[in-house]
Amino acid sequence: MIRSSCLHSPAGFSQGDTGVGGGMETFGDLIAADDVLLFVNAAITATGQREFHSDAGAQRLSLDFLHAYMLGNYRDLYAGVLALDINDHNAALIIRRLLESAAEASVEQRRSEGRLIAGRLALLPPQRVYGLFGALRRAGVNNRRTRALLRDWLSARPDLAFDAVKYRSGLKAALRHTHLTPGDGEIGTFLFAPLSRAHYDTPILETWRRAHFEQAALYELPYTVAEGFAAKHGIPRKVFLERIAPRLTRRETLRLQEAAHAQGPAAARALRTDLSRMPLTRLAGYVLSLPAEERVERREELNGALRTAAHRVAGVHRGTWGRVTAVLDDSFSSYGSGVKRRRPLTVALACHYLLGALAGDYRGLWTSGRDDALLAHPVGPTPLGERILDGLETGPDRLVVVSDGWDNAPPGLAAEVLRVWRTRLDTARRTSVVHLNPVYDAADFDVRRLAASVPTAGIRDAEDLPALVEIAQFAEGRTGLAELKAYLDARADRLTEGSSR
Amino acid sequence: MTSYEPDTDPSAEPSGLLAGLRTRPSQVWGAVRLVPLVRAEPVHDLRLHPRIHDGPGVVDLGRRKGTYVSYIPHSFVAEWTGDGSPAAAYGTQLTGDRPEQEAVATVRLHFHRRMARQEAKHRLRFLPLHLALEGYLALHFGGPSLAWEEWSRQAVRQGLSPRVEAAFLGTEVPGLADALNVFEIHPGQCGVLVYLADALAAAFVVPHPEDYRTLHPTLVRDLYGDLVYHYATLMPPVPDFRARITGAGVRSLADLRAAAVRQTAQWADFHDTTMAAGLLEQGCTWEEVRRMGRFTLSRFLPTFRPKQDNHIGEAISDEQGRIVYLKTFRLSESQVRRGYLLSHLAAHDWHLADTAAALGMEKAQLCHRLESAGFGHLLRPDMRGRQ
Repeated sequence: MIRSSCLHSPAGFSQGDTGVGGGMETFGDLIAADDVLLFVNAAITATGQREFHSDAGAQRLSLDFLHAYMLGNYRDLYAGVLALDINDHNAALIIRRLLESAAEASVEQRRSEGRLIAGRLALLPPQRVYGLFGALRRAGVNNRRTRALLRDWLSARPDLAFDAVKYRSGLKAALRHTHLTPGDGEIGTFLFAPLSRAHYDTPILETWRRAHFEQAALYELPYTVAEGFAAKHGIPRKVFLERIAPRLTRRETLRLQEAAHAQGPAAARALRTDLSRMPLTRLAGYVLSLPAEERVERREELNGALRTAAHRVAGVHRGTWGRVTAVLDDSFSSYGSGVKRRRPLTVALACHYLLGALAGDYRGLWTSGRDDALLAHPVGPTPLGERILDGLETGPDRLVVVSDGWDNAPPGLAAEVLRVWRTRLDTARRTSVVHLNPVYDAADFDVRRLAASVPTAGIRDAEDLPALVEIAQFAEGRTGLAELKAYLDARADRLTEGSSR
Repeated sequence: MTSYEPDTDPSAEPSGLLAGLRTRPSQVWGAVRLVPLVRAEPVHDLRLHPRIHDGPGVVDLGRRKGTYVSYIPHSFVAEWTGDGSPAAAYGTQLTGDRPEQEAVATVRLHFHRRMARQEAKHRLRFLPLHLALEGYLALHFGGPSLAWEEWSRQAVRQGLSPRVEAAFLGTEVPGLADALNVFEIHPGQCGVLVYLADALAAAFVVPHPEDYRTLHPTLVRDLYGDLVYHYATLMPPVPDFRARITGAGVRSLADLRAAAVRQTAQWADFHDTTMAAGLLEQGCTWEEVRRMGRFTLSRFLPTFRPKQDNHIGEAISDEQGRIVYLKTFRLSESQVRRGYLLSHLAAHDWHLADTAAALGMEKAQLCHRLESAGFGHLLRPDMRGRQ
């Protein structure tokens, strides 16, 4: 057990094996369930990057410990977490650790792990997978499972020649490490002796060869590769952006919006895109990156795009959540850090729009007291307690708090308000309260909690919100290990089904 | 400069040092506790000297309207001289409504190349240590006022100078930089009280929230006494004063809200009467330095109570005596001892026997104490080392 504010006293721990409350659950099981939920929260939020309250080193150290602890104590559950909506960084870490310690697993474990890993690899973005195999190479892991996994993953890639161009060094290192031969002879030549041939039959490889001396050819390559060739040919950025626009991926287009604007109207027009097609959280991040004046000018457009994106996420659940009030944190700490710029605020803004779509009747309350969500800006203290009181006064069916949990004006008031509300004013539990926290607290090995009576779940993308609110009930301590295991198994089945399809 | 007169009645100022400011809940980081002070109504006609705002990304001065008096915090480094070289303001200063045309009393700084580069990045404040403490402490004591025979010739001729006092730069105080970084500034905040291991280290109050926003990051370039440094290094993290609401008697949300408001008020009350008592209730002697419009710049010295916290500082007050600018420095234990001895000497016209009698000790004992306090060079050589 890691969590310091443990629910079970150490004194009661020794007699725990006899079971509690006459049920099948032992203290060991309760602790396991607690640890797994804590790890899930960490795996959703932590990215090993600098946060507002701790630096990258502390984050990494804390996360590494958590992974080692989980692997050592609950190997099955550790692997099972791969099936949940954890972030890619942690998925890659789990896969790496499982492969590194393959010798410690039983035959049965290896089989189920193999399925989970293959299922998750299929979901990871390719650059993550190539990064993962790079890490395995550095760690000197090259067992039969690793090679088989890479072989299967590569054979499932839709276009290996495209990978060879876009993720050249990653693919090359992976092949060299695992001694695999790519099925197509041209790809091998392309990777290991690229300029030894005067002509490639595969179109994209041929385009790449021609791009070395023919400017027009580079516009048929992926953006990241073309960028290098553009620099080599000395093509002005403006011209390059205008002509590469059709080859950009959705997120690249979003990322380059402001850069294109700076290059003049022609480039801006070429990159113009329908913002509402963008994923909700990314879009919220883009909106927050704009200066306040521009947000005011483009209010209609941005508001409309955010609303459309939120409606798309809400899908069939639209308008089914009844009266919802959200308390959203836009205090100074929601700035995040230089590497995760405004991430907590981005999540809060995206949740604001998503809850607006999910609820029949929605109120969003920002901690700063401002009510224009589009102009949200990280500033000021975090009077969560006061704002939660305001929220409860609206008489909601659900109260959702999106905050990093650093309640400081005054400290601990939110916890007291929620406790007294539960024990004195809402004993019938008419209002359900959920706290979603986008920030991993390195010192606590968990996301920061508001109160023991309120379930807290980590959140990375607002899109996961409906699923998280569902998981959060596990965190209330009313659900045991058996149910949790059943839940993980169900998710694992869904994952492996998805990958075999 | 006036000489030190311990007999003057401590003015009524101290209790009103933080008048007009409301205490907001503290924010804790490790052993550092920062207590924000919020002003309901900002003071518009006393503002930071415009040249301080010259750096990139700070407050736009274009929107300032009307005439205002401006001030420069003590030892604030900027290009005061107009020739591009950095200099430090010598003591807090008040300037008139055309601040650009007034000369600023400065001390030129000669930086090593590295320092100069840091300056170029608009790192505004650098406190030359000897200068700062000289300005605060030693300047008040000009040495023996009567040439009693026991004093050395150097003491009579040159007073206490050169006096060197040691202090620590805020960047050296462990955890302080982080605490200031993660601190969330309150709306309307005009000041902060810095506690280390719950000992008050410094108070800092400005007239306007914008000025505070500009100066907040420079607090880490400020001076702190060695006591503060040791507390920060050795003490474990301090606990938060968490709100506590007893459920009994809460029947509705309105009751709950009232209880929450009471919690905030209780904290403010506890803080003002207990935690900040050392500063607010210490007896002080005030010395007026300059008057400008309706504002008065003054310095204050404590009555040097050994084994208690003693703060020296500078303040600007308006015509009603309300403090609009405040900057204090907590003296270390040895500095308090020195101040205590000097103040008693000054009170008895530097007569050793009289002073010793007032302190209830032998003259030789007093000499010994002076020597161990670091004032040996003031005594005639044959007076030293006798017990």
